Amino acid sequence: MGGEAAVLDDYFRHYGLVAIFTAVAVAVPVGMLLVSWAASLNVDKLTLGGFGSFVRVRPSKPDDVKMSIYECGFETLSGTWHRFNFRFYSFALIFVVFDVEVVFLFPWAASFGILSTQFGIFVLAEMGLFIAILVVGWLYAWRKGALEWA
Amino acid sequence: MSFDQLYDLLDRFVPESIDWMVFTVTALILSLAVINAMVLCTALYTWFERRMLGRFQSRIGPNRWGPFGLLQPIADVIKLLVKEDVIPVVADRAVFTLAPVVLLVPALMVFIVIPFGEQSFLGKLNVGVLFILGVTGVNTLAIIMGGWASRNKYALFGAMRGAAMLISYEVPMALSLIGVIILAGSISLVDIVSSQGIFYILVQPLAFLVFMAAASAEMSRAPFDMIESESELGAGYHTEYSGIKYAIFQLAEFMAPLVTAAVATVVFLGGTKGIDPIPGQVWFLLKAFSVVFVLLWVRATWPRLRVDQIMGFAWKGLFPLSVINFFVVAVELFVLQEPDGTITNQSMMIMTGINWVVMVVSIVLIATVLGQGKLQHKLPPQPSSLANMAASEGD
Repeated sequence: MGGEAAVLDDYFRHYGLVAIFTAVAVAVPVGMLLVSWAASLNVDKLTLGGFGSFVRVRPSKPDDVKMSIYECGFETLSGTWHRFNFRFYSFALIFVVFDVEVVFLFPWAASFGILSTQFGIFVLAEMGLFIAILVVGWLYAWRKGALEWA
Repeated sequence: MSFDQLYDLLDRFVPESIDWMVFTVTALILSLAVINAMVLCTALYTWFERRMLGRFQSRIGPNRWGPFGLLQPIADVIKLLVKEDVIPVVADRAVFTLAPVVLLVPALMVFIVIPFGEQSFLGKLNVGVLFILGVTGVNTLAIIMGGWASRNKYALFGAMRGAAMLISYEVPMALSLIGVIILAGSISLVDIVSSQGIFYILVQPLAFLVFMAAASAEMSRAPFDMIESESELGAGYHTEYSGIKYAIFQLAEFMAPLVTAAVATVVFLGGTKGIDPIPGQVWFLLKAFSVVFVLLWVRATWPRLRVDQIMGFAWKGLFPLSVINFFVVAVELFVLQEPDGTITNQSMMIMTGINWVVMVVSIVLIATVLGQGKLQHKLPPQPSSLANMAASEGD
């Protein structure tokens, strides 16, 4: 088998494992939900031939008050899907900026040791410049009060 | 048993042509084993946490059901399984049901890349750290889904606060791992373990502290349990949940410390490395258990922080600390590394010495800049009306 094919094979092996593991991981909570749902079925609705039948052990007695949403003992005032303070969005924007920075840092960090032997101080200096620009942005955000929760 | 061993064992009994079937069966067996082991560990851990919190708070904790109350988790699961499952009429039913699944699956998926042994299970994925960060990032989505679909004010407040907090702490958590990646020269967790001549908790104490603080915020435990601050928000994003869905949320929440402990063990405590006669798996369990215990200790000791303090701590405290850490590590590696790009244990000891000094200096520096009062919102001093009354009476 050629080198490229072997690499590809390895790739599919690893991510095939990830896919199977994920399928099992999804099956666990879904199975729990299904068991709970089966426990709520009526006896006369579902019998499994010779294997016995599900007994309805999980009650289901809905009423208006029980099915309404929780609100400290009185009826919910005003809408519940309502507007939010702008600070949530500003924090989300700052997060996007710095998380993208982290994404750029990962490949640099993983190959820093090897690259710096080849290209010397340049590898360090360019990341220093990149970080410096971001730190200036961070200080600006701080001065402007974007990091205050108020 | 590693994947390859089991694969070879099963491969002997079947013809060549259906190798993919052997592969699938092996993967299924091992996935089931790992996931069931983790769910069982989590069940045991709920018992342990409740017992320990009991001791911390000078009470006994659950001790009725089984020896020392060990069967309590099973009793809890059976109770929650047969509880009535209430979904509010106004709720978005599909998203409401999906949210617990979305929260639990990422917590389980992290264990794909954790190397439990020297060459164990699926730990060979070459993007381990990125995989962990990406997968754990999904829990923000689950919390928003739960809070939004409940259509409850408290749930929505909890979810929005939670999302703001979780995304804020994701940045320092990822940045604290950069220093480790620079030293290891790889994103694979197996390589990170094998590169630890000296454990990275000693080489990069600052990264470890930042990681633990950020991770305990990521799993929204005290002192960062803003998402479900009981005294303010009912129960936060799972106010409306009951029965088995609530149980799944709790399972995911109690699994989070185990996930964090496993990651911290691999990245900072040398994973399965230890002194020889005792097998690596035992070392792994011992280290992970001590991390879990420290997390529990922190939870039992510290009071909850306020929202503005939490956000300030992430962006003004942990963020600069993690940037300082990885940049110092990069400079040190640049100066100390051998011509072929590797680093010897002696150089690592020098780094250890420098980094401890850097840790103390930078923490003191940040603490001075922020100050006790500067993390907080300042209110102008207001004279009490009672004081005025007393003053006017004195006239």
